[in-house]
Amino acid sequence: MKTVYLDNNATTQVAEEVLDAMLPYFRDLYGNPSSMHTFGGQVGQKIRAAREQVAQLIGASPDEIIFTSCGTESDNAAIHSALVTRPDKKHIITSRVEHPAIRALAAHLAGQGYRVTELPVDKNGVLDLENLEKSMTPDTAVVSLMWGNNETGVIFPVEEAAAMAHERGILFHTDAVQSTGKIPINLKKNAIDMLSISGHKLNAPKGIGVLYVRKGTKFSPFLIGGHQERERRGGTENTPSIVGLGKACELAAQNMEKENTYVKNLRDKLEKELLSRIPQSRVNGDTGNRLPNTTNISFEFVEGEAILLLMNEQGICASSGSACTSGSLQPSHVLRAMGVPFTMAHGSIRFSLSIYNTAAEIDFVIDKMPAIIERLRGMSPFWNSGQQACKTQ
Amino acid sequence: MWEYTDKVKDHFLNPHNVGEIENPDGEAEVGSLACGDALKLTFSLDENKRIKEAKFKTFGCASAIATSSALTDIIKGMTLEEALKVTNQDIAEYLGGLPQEKMHCSVMGKQALEKAVENYRGAPSIEPGTKIICECFGVTDKEIERVVRENKLSTVEEVTNYTKAGGGCGNCHDAIQQIIDSVKSESKSSQQPQLTNLQKIRLIEETIEREIRPSLKHDGGDIDLIDVIGNRVIVATRGACATCKASDITLKHFVEHRLKELVSPDITVEEAAK
Repeated sequence: MKTVYLDNNATTQVAEEVLDAMLPYFRDLYGNPSSMHTFGGQVGQKIRAAREQVAQLIGASPDEIIFTSCGTESDNAAIHSALVTRPDKKHIITSRVEHPAIRALAAHLAGQGYRVTELPVDKNGVLDLENLEKSMTPDTAVVSLMWGNNETGVIFPVEEAAAMAHERGILFHTDAVQSTGKIPINLKKNAIDMLSISGHKLNAPKGIGVLYVRKGTKFSPFLIGGHQERERRGGTENTPSIVGLGKACELAAQNMEKENTYVKNLRDKLEKELLSRIPQSRVNGDTGNRLPNTTNISFEFVEGEAILLLMNEQGICASSGSACTSGSLQPSHVLRAMGVPFTMAHGSIRFSLSIYNTAAEIDFVIDKMPAIIERLRGMSPFWNSGQQACKTQ
Repeated sequence: MWEYTDKVKDHFLNPHNVGEIENPDGEAEVGSLACGDALKLTFSLDENKRIKEAKFKTFGCASAIATSSALTDIIKGMTLEEALKVTNQDIAEYLGGLPQEKMHCSVMGKQALEKAVENYRGAPSIEPGTKIICECFGVTDKEIERVVRENKLSTVEEVTNYTKAGGGCGNCHDAIQQIIDSVKSESKSSQQPQLTNLQKIRLIEETIEREIRPSLKHDGGDIDLIDVIGNRVIVATRGACATCKASDITLKHFVEHRLKELVSPDITVEEAAK
């Protein structure tokens, strides 16, 4: 059975070109870039080139790029540094829809004596900057807001938010794991102090990330060890993955337009067709301001895990915000923050596309989904009395 | 991804007895859309008062659908008395087991069956004397008591896995713990299994290996079982424990407590002469 992979916000395939670029660094060029000999030193040159490729994609300069092991490490390092370099400030602002890398970290810090404000979002997942304005205090050390939401694709106005934080002398960090490579990012044109990237979300391998730290921003390392990364992140460089991430960033820059035309058109077609063919379905999130590859659709009166497993029978891969897929009893914190009714939240499916998807694949999914939903609704005690259940909820 | 058995997958992909019986002899609906799963069960009886037909409609995940399907298979042909003896564990076992976090699905099946039988008999649907413990998911003290007893649960988290109680706001965690404690104390007094000496020593060894040693090792210590004389357990502490001033407290409060709980309440722990 052919796999139709529409779960690219979970992870992406390593691009052929990326893998080719990486392979020599496993087999032949295995030297340590810190070594004095040419055999190791030549690898150091390749790391410099990769650093430039990453910097190029986000409008940074190479010395503002720190390679890490993943997006979560980047997020942890950013918040950690902000708090350590501003020891007198005990307040953190973030949002209710952040990735667990920030949300769980903030909850952890709340238990260590920090005060955490989680900004709300409206029913479309949109952030009101007025709430940010009201929440900032002289005690605020850092504001951390994600650029693009992993579940709904909704884009936050992080550049405006960064400017507002700066006016008050507050550091601004953004988790740009989902938006990097999908929408243009130019750090020369905004006031963002720190930004996190994850390699495996943009066709590089798992186990590599980036933390951008603006020049002049005080930084305290999270991983303390050797002098690597200009003493900002200890640990021998993951050379194959760094080279791979460099290549992936170069490809992402080339594919940015395709992402916003080809991929967006496929996404829009999938969304439009599913909504028109399947009654009582709706999109979660602000359709006017979204990542081009993501759609989050709720199918009322059926449950997400059951939908995913029937899709799985057809080789279609996606994700759900239902409670049952996570092992917790509550549906996704993002959908709850948006106030999506339970009848909708449990049956939510996230489709996230990539440039590797084809029109034929999208047609296949459009063809298969109505029967899957119908089959489960046929088993659901709520479906026949659907309209009435709606009113009583 | 959940590790479902082939039988769970089969009952999910090809569920038996989906639908609703017209003019059923008994029917019940449990769960709700808000909870994320719900089950409507209907059954009809034959002239010998055995369950002739049972059908379900379920909103929920794969295991909710599979347990509903299994339940209807199991109870067909049974008298109502026989059917009421089916436990949530029987349903789970019929499917070759369920992930811990999904046990509440089998409990939902059991609840629907009881309510449907009550409906047939015309009995009140809520037992007098029960009260709602978990407001978020509408779980009563009787239901919690029953799953704790039947599945030998010992933590609030396990109760949540089985009934959903405590999975929302968490305000009822203390009340759930009280129920666990009261069931535990009643089962202790009623049935203390008699162990032979050999069984007891083996159980002590296993308990130390599985429950005690990993925690001590975590702190750089270790423990060796030296001897068992009646209910006196003689141990030697090693590593960080051997030099630790608090090791007496560790022995009494942790080691002895665990052994009392898991082996026998009469056990005392002593440190071997150094």
